[in-house]
Amino acid sequence: MGMDMSSRLRRFHQARWDEPIIYELSTEGERGLLVPEVEEEIEEAVGDGVSKIPECMRRKRPPNPPQLSQPEVLRHYLRLSQETLGADLNIDVGQGTCTMKYSPKVNEELARSAKVTELHPLQDEDTVQGILEIMYKMDLFLREISGLDQFSFQPGGGAQALFAIASIIRAYHQDRGETQRDEIITTIFSHPVNAAAAAVAGFKVITLYPDEDGYPDIQALKAAVSERTAGLMITNPEDTGIFNPRIAEFTWIVHEAGGLCSYDQANANGILGITRAKEAGFDLCFFNLHKTFSSPHGCGGPAVGALGVTRELARYLPRPTVEFDGRKYRLNYDMPHSIGKVRSFYGAVPVVLRAYAWVMSLGAEGLREVAEIAVLNNNYLLKKVREIPGASAPYARGRHRMEQVRYSFEELARETGVGTEDVQRRMFDFGVHYWTSHHPWVVPEPFTLEPTESYSRKELDEYVAILRHVAREAYTDPDKVRNAPYNSVVHKIDHAALDDPSRWAVTWRAYLKKVKGR
Amino acid sequence: MSRRRRVAHPYIPNSAPRVKAEMLREIGVSSVEELYADIPESLRFKGEMNLPEPLRSECELRRHVEGILAKNKTCQEYLNFLGAGCWQHYVPAVCDEINRRAEFLTAYGGEPYEDHGRFQALFEYASMMGELVDMDVVNVPTYDWAQAASTSLRMAARITGRKQLLLPRIMSPDRLSVIRNYCQPDLEVTLVDYHRDTGQLNLDDLREKLSSQTAAVYFENPSYLGFIESQGEEISALAHQHGALCVVGVDPISLGVLAPPSAYGADIVCGELQPLGIHMQYGGGLSGFIATRDEERFVAEYPSRLFGLAPTVVEGEYGFGDVLFERTSFALRERGKEFVGTATALWGITAGVYLALLGPDGMQELGKGIMQRSQYAMKRLSQIKGLRVPAFGSAHFKEFVVDFNASGKTVAEANRALLERGIFGGKDLSAEFPQLGQCALYCVTEVHTKADIDRLADALQDCLR
Repeated sequence: MGMDMSSRLRRFHQARWDEPIIYELSTEGERGLLVPEVEEEIEEAVGDGVSKIPECMRRKRPPNPPQLSQPEVLRHYLRLSQETLGADLNIDVGQGTCTMKYSPKVNEELARSAKVTELHPLQDEDTVQGILEIMYKMDLFLREISGLDQFSFQPGGGAQALFAIASIIRAYHQDRGETQRDEIITTIFSHPVNAAAAAVAGFKVITLYPDEDGYPDIQALKAAVSERTAGLMITNPEDTGIFNPRIAEFTWIVHEAGGLCSYDQANANGILGITRAKEAGFDLCFFNLHKTFSSPHGCGGPAVGALGVTRELARYLPRPTVEFDGRKYRLNYDMPHSIGKVRSFYGAVPVVLRAYAWVMSLGAEGLREVAEIAVLNNNYLLKKVREIPGASAPYARGRHRMEQVRYSFEELARETGVGTEDVQRRMFDFGVHYWTSHHPWVVPEPFTLEPTESYSRKELDEYVAILRHVAREAYTDPDKVRNAPYNSVVHKIDHAALDDPSRWAVTWRAYLKKVKGR
Repeated sequence: MSRRRRVAHPYIPNSAPRVKAEMLREIGVSSVEELYADIPESLRFKGEMNLPEPLRSECELRRHVEGILAKNKTCQEYLNFLGAGCWQHYVPAVCDEINRRAEFLTAYGGEPYEDHGRFQALFEYASMMGELVDMDVVNVPTYDWAQAASTSLRMAARITGRKQLLLPRIMSPDRLSVIRNYCQPDLEVTLVDYHRDTGQLNLDDLREKLSSQTAAVYFENPSYLGFIESQGEEISALAHQHGALCVVGVDPISLGVLAPPSAYGADIVCGELQPLGIHMQYGGGLSGFIATRDEERFVAEYPSRLFGLAPTVVEGEYGFGDVLFERTSFALRERGKEFVGTATALWGITAGVYLALLGPDGMQELGKGIMQRSQYAMKRLSQIKGLRVPAFGSAHFKEFVVDFNASGKTVAEANRALLERGIFGGKDLSAEFPQLGQCALYCVTEVHTKADIDRLADALQDCLR
């Protein structure tokens, strides 16, 4: 049955090109691309074109990008790509909350077809029936998956979806004349943007902490609601991977107080087809199509936070929605109650296309299988990680978890002085990611693993073997871990300059001025 | 059904029945169902999701999706003159080669060790954009120009401690809608008038509306309607006299020939990266940038990530990291500056590749060529009876307004006729700006040849006859 990976460590070394900054590769006069010349007749008719620019608006000094030939640009960026550890290359279970699953290559090819990339968003609707059909059908799919009634793909990520949700909650209460509702309740294990986006939308934020079992404290919720409650914005399962079994009571309490309830489904990978926003009583939710629905993460976007609402709230959705009259798909701008727009045009449409193709490759049964295997993998990993010296999984003792677990190396840190950030750097020496966790670290020395459905048991075993090795090393040779990495792209970084206004440099020109004194 | 169930799904390794059974045994449960014990019965979804039968083979899936996409008509098949916030420029092959690299395509939240290349590529993107706009700080990209403008305005409000924002009346309604929603409820948006004949901002109206409450004056170059706002210095001076900041939105592809906004007093510059090597993607290729001077009061107000150079323990080795991470919502939740999350990093890398390919000469030649082609198009269209081109008597870059009011046809009618001739005519402005009557916004870039422009002119002439 192949190689046993449960104790094997790769003799890994990541590509280390020691690649200069692109400006250091510049040579005067080199060209990477020629642009089409205008025809003589145009030049004769209008002259040089630029003399028409008013003197005060003309560029005096030419812009200063570097000067490189095309193969040099290509080689430079290929080297940088090799110095990046994408999910396609590593056992990417270390980036919890982010659902680093397989992004099928066929979907990528479809999304990059000229039939998608060369569409202008303002084309006549008759010429974009294909892409509108994809968007409309993906909306129908998500209605089934969530139980809610309509979706918008306009938000360009989970954070923007949360902001749109906060905007809809605000508009809803404004319409009802209940402008005193200025408080949003969230939990500390909900993604930080639930709190941050609510604050931008003008709300005061109340954060609930977990009770002893790791569940959001329902007594605290009861104490928090009032006639000022605008809504609840909560992630479930939370970033701990614990499903809150009393979630319907939460929504009931908030509804009784007159608030709306928003379900952050960024962590939905373990519950597809199992439990839905509707049954838990939610009015709004969002899914990350670049996470649960397999579109690649792209170093941090393009992305879609697909925003769903009940029928009652559909009139507040960002404008336009995609509608179908049985014959033709069209964009509906006739939405006087809409919050307006949160993003220009209709969102990152190729991301919607990839998600559509992914659902079509699985169907209802397949989606459920995704969820079940994600949960199976996670609980398998949980059992193995618990056996690692110094590691623990706080809360919900003896219980199973959904799609991820927030673990702790508190014991390891106490016994060896090696903390989770040291472990993190050492993990890179073996070719895998390892993320600590969002702040604040309510769980001490945290790390969050999410194995998704995309990794084989052999791969999970290998990840555990690396983690076990590093934990043991912390006991036997703590300095080795503390001074890591050795086989990654670069060595241990001194972060002090990054918080010092006299030394930080966000661009090469700033670096030359501040550090090199040029 | 039962036949399919036995076959492992290619995307799901542990769906192989034997492996699954062994893992369950290892965990100590007899079924996956036991793992869901925490989800009460009342919350369980009992039905079957009404989704289409899956196309489990890649062959069938591709055929199905391509079948739907075949209904689209693209800007390669039709001759396109639409712009208005998303523009058809040439995308160099190397840009796509780099952004489809599996490493960049599938990376995400790694650290500046195993993802060193991602940090460096985004640092270099910021460095090249910084040169283009002549500013020292550029963010990791946000969603689009609209969000970049919204955040720039909120930054200005925090920096000045003021609430009033002055924006041009004829900016993109789409973008204005995003800004209005984003700046609720604490900031107040006031629109400044323009001169009907030139489109230029009305400085008298600006003077009247500026006050000690003004946080920022915002305008764009080139403007939404394509003309160049040439009063940059006067506008920024007026803003500064009142203690307000000057925020300028810019199409970066114009900056080979147009002055960077910092040259006429902009404090914060924002704009759209899509022209820089990113396909239109039905509007999905948008990506926004923000740039400022390297002053702590500005840097401390960015919500975005900022990647900076940092030394490592090895002499001469470049490392990277987050500059002033403590300002972000990642660090501080609701006490952070606005919020930050997944946006459009891959397009930032791509824009960097584009600038590296074009270089200084490429950017200047490109800008010049766009000026020439758009002027030629204006000249040709202005010769058509019934059209007034450009509708605004100012210099233009890339886009211009065609006035159909005297033609006896609506823009919608003209566009329908053009569509029949395989041409996507300019954006109909009649709904957005009723005061302009029947006007359309046309876009001409380096992808257009003389023959393309002549074809448009002939077609318009023909259908307005």
